Amino acid sequence: MVGTALFFLFAGFAIMCAISMVYHKNPLYSAISLVGVFISLSCIYVTLAAPFIAAVQILIYAGAIMVLVVFVIMLLNLDDDRPLNRLRYLYAIGGGLGVVLLAQTLFVFYAVLRAPNQPVDPNTSAGKTLTIGQAMYTEYLLPVEIVGVLLMMAIIGSVMLARRLSQPQLELVVEREEELRGEDD
Amino acid sequence: MEPNLASYLALSGILFTIGCVGVIFKRNAIGMFMCIELMLNAVNLTFVAFSRYYADTTGQLFVFMVMAVAACEAAVGLGIIISFFRNSQSVDVDDASLMKN
Repeated sequence: MVGTALFFLFAGFAIMCAISMVYHKNPLYSAISLVGVFISLSCIYVTLAAPFIAAVQILIYAGAIMVLVVFVIMLLNLDDDRPLNRLRYLYAIGGGLGVVLLAQTLFVFYAVLRAPNQPVDPNTSAGKTLTIGQAMYTEYLLPVEIVGVLLMMAIIGSVMLARRLSQPQLELVVEREEELRGEDD
Repeated sequence: MEPNLASYLALSGILFTIGCVGVIFKRNAIGMFMCIELMLNAVNLTFVAFSRYYADTTGQLFVFMVMAVAACEAAVGLGIIISFFRNSQSVDVDDASLMKN
């Protein structure tokens, strides 16, 4: 009974926050709404007996990624989204895609509901941190290593991207080019 | 009604739909980025729900991998947004038309 109430509470909160994220024009409001989605999903993970994933969700998503996003929003000093003047057919595509995806969701809901009910084993060790750690460093060692390499590449790539390209040097190059062209004439 | 696998999948599908529609409706690159994060989270929810109902740890491990990829995506994507903003003084994706024609 309590589980049902918690599920509907957090599910409703997640959906409300997601809609508010898409609705708001100000990126900062969107970011705060997204933090609400992350936190309610983390609470749902706790009700799904996955405490490790719940903690990691808060740490990585609400902690690291959203801080990064809010930093970028503040750094760029963005205005509100400008009034919409985008091509009309994009709205048709978006609406149609939304309807199709919702229909698929309904289909999956009823298909899974009619399937034989999977009884939940209350003593399963699936969500425990110990089990996850053991699986991570024995059976799934190679994917973990690959993810490590991927993170390294992402760090190097983002440093390369966000580095301030030395603008004065570029101008010097352009001036030099112009000088050379002037000599040619 | 006790929440079962179907209700978790329905929640995940609704969140994915909102994210997917948001990517198309938003014009702000950061807004699109956040919608993509929402879609990744919806997929994570299905992984955790299946992991719970089939009593298998693999789903939760994959959630971990997806989170790592999302962190990479955040770092690289925001780097791209910053360098794009430096060049065009805007994060509107409609202004990213340098390759047009």
